[in-house]
Amino acid sequence: MLNASTLLLIPLLPLLSFLFISFIGKKYLPTLSGTISVLVLSASAILSLAVAYNYFFVVGMTNGFYQAIIPMKLEWLRFSPGVSIDMGIILDPISVMMLVVVTFISLMVHIYSLGYMKGEERFAVYYSFLDLFTFSMLGLVIATNLFQIYFFWELVGVSSYLLIGYYFTKPSAVAAAKKAFIVTRFADLGFLIGILVLSFHSGTLDIQTLIARLTTSDTTFYASATFTGFMGVSSLTWGLALVFIGGAGKSAMFPLHIWLPDAMEGPTPVSALIHAATMVVAGVYLVARLFPIYAISSPHLLELIGYIGIISSALAAIIACTQTDIKRVLAYSTISQIGYMLASLGVSNYGGLNGEGFSASMFHLFTHAFFKALLFLCAGSVIHYVHSNEVRDMGGLRKKMPITHLCFLLACLAIAGIPPLSGFFSKEEILAAAFAHNQTIFYIAWLTAGLTSFYMFRLYFLTFWNRDYVNHHESYEHHSEGSWNMKLPLLILMLGAVGAGFVPFHHLITSDGQPYESEFHLNITLMAVGLSLFAIIIATIFYRKKNNLPDKISSSISQLYDFAYHKFYFDEVYQFVTQTILFNTIGALSSWFDKNIVNGAVNTTAFITEAFSETIKPVQSGKVQGYALAFLFGILGLIAILFFFNF
Amino acid sequence: MIDQVPLTHILFLSTALFFIGAYGFLTRRNMITMLMSVELILNSVNINLVAFNRYLHPNIDGVIFTLFIIAIAAAEAAVAIAIIISLYRKINSIDPEQADELKY
Repeated sequence: MLNASTLLLIPLLPLLSFLFISFIGKKYLPTLSGTISVLVLSASAILSLAVAYNYFFVVGMTNGFYQAIIPMKLEWLRFSPGVSIDMGIILDPISVMMLVVVTFISLMVHIYSLGYMKGEERFAVYYSFLDLFTFSMLGLVIATNLFQIYFFWELVGVSSYLLIGYYFTKPSAVAAAKKAFIVTRFADLGFLIGILVLSFHSGTLDIQTLIARLTTSDTTFYASATFTGFMGVSSLTWGLALVFIGGAGKSAMFPLHIWLPDAMEGPTPVSALIHAATMVVAGVYLVARLFPIYAISSPHLLELIGYIGIISSALAAIIACTQTDIKRVLAYSTISQIGYMLASLGVSNYGGLNGEGFSASMFHLFTHAFFKALLFLCAGSVIHYVHSNEVRDMGGLRKKMPITHLCFLLACLAIAGIPPLSGFFSKEEILAAAFAHNQTIFYIAWLTAGLTSFYMFRLYFLTFWNRDYVNHHESYEHHSEGSWNMKLPLLILMLGAVGAGFVPFHHLITSDGQPYESEFHLNITLMAVGLSLFAIIIATIFYRKKNNLPDKISSSISQLYDFAYHKFYFDEVYQFVTQTILFNTIGALSSWFDKNIVNGAVNTTAFITEAFSETIKPVQSGKVQGYALAFLFGILGLIAILFFFNF
Repeated sequence: MIDQVPLTHILFLSTALFFIGAYGFLTRRNMITMLMSVELILNSVNINLVAFNRYLHPNIDGVIFTLFIIAIAAAEAAVAIAIIISLYRKINSIDPEQADELKY
């Protein structure tokens, strides 16, 4: 079952589907393309589940450890002996888990889009992009080589760009697509330099070799990476930090988060797949992939990553409380939850019970994929129904959309961490890990969990309660909640969001592959659940019935509220830095220098040459007798010189 | 009898002939006359060679050189006249001033 040909099918099926739709389906089967993709993705998803079953319960465990299996590795480009770009497949607990998550969520989104995107002009193109994305993401998670990760990392960036800009007639969508691409590309520059630094010192690009060489301190590679440095920090730490910058860009961590809220311009199912469940967790996955190096060789950097994660988490949660666009609230919630995952990695050590942060982070990634995809798909249904993203156009939808209402409520409970839904288990593990290793991160995480419950239930009540639904679009009155293919994925994901917490993660996915028994911390659980319930009650008081309490509160803290409402002015700061400082000051100066000094030097040389040649040009008159005269006087002159100097 | 004519006289003659030829080459507006001037220059050299052979190096070398030069002058005249004819066909003139296309 775990042979290379079966495993290759998982990423290659979506690729084939992408090629088929792009070259044939788009033209001849424009409406059937969606069905074809769904069938292909189902095959991929079933294969992934089979692989996961085989890996976790049949062949993966040897000597009490989950070992990495590499069924295939092809040398693609060799730089020097030992340093080559390979294309391969690695199976270890995290990659197998990601395979399942990516194919499963992608399948749900494919099915959902059959209904949501029905009647779109570029329906087939949409599916081809989705398949391209799925292929790239699968290639990323099974990568054996750092450069293979980078390769697919850029491919997911491109697919994300294409899908955000899907409605390319809307200027805001075009701007959002460009913003997402440029910001992540800027971060990827760090990633690339990081790869080069790490591979320069370790002499390899292969991840397993890299980990082996950079975690044992008696190798020459380790010595070379730690004894050289820049500004008092070793090259190893620099390399890892630069790699993390790439991850932070993709995962929308502060201050590189600005692209994610704007990316909500894309179709909602795309937001569910790319900007909530899979692509944005690539940064977390990257740190998890290289986790032994981070944890063993650079623990201080890992701690810093934890702080970046938790600060992003807290800031995003505060912003989410003030936003009124349903998808933007969810986008900030995504940033917040990814921050949680990174914080959890940050408080983890390598091996055994000390690695519980790692396990918890992967657990949260897993459960988050379900409930966040569910939230986005529910939001998609709501947007489909009311034709607006603004919560002020919603309200009172619980009777019009009973299934969506139920799913959204359960997903909100899951993200709020109410037992026994999935979010409760993963959050509890993260909080326990934070409590054991870093109290500062624990308390921020705890408060953020409360904020999360508050803003999610604020969104829930504003959308489904608050007041009676008023239809703003009379012509759309015939709308029902959505066709079966929009409801089915909601129900399946709802089961995932409810039940994913019962997966025994600390038995399956641990930092060193060895299962451990997690302890149950009653006091932490009581603290977290208590705060969540308290936040939900406050949200209920504020938003269940329309009242002026929220306005009163927000005007009493109006400065802080405005600050958060404007997303802490991050966009304005970026605007200032790029527009005023980069373009208008540095850019103008460089332009002046280029025009006047560089061009001036070239032009002056050309001018001097031309003037000189104009001056001596008449000598070449073309008159034979003139030449003969010159020749004659030349000879006479030579003779005179010979006589004069008496040679 | 010839011995009573000093070498200098003969050299004066050849020098005069050379400069007459050079002057003609530089000033004539007719390529045939220019060719004739070139013949004058060549012949002034011939006179020099024969004279030096007679007065300074009494062997056969100078005379042989002279014969060579006469032969080459004949060949040169053939080539030059061919050039002049084809130039005339092209620009309808044998004035070297007119044939100044090969310039900057």
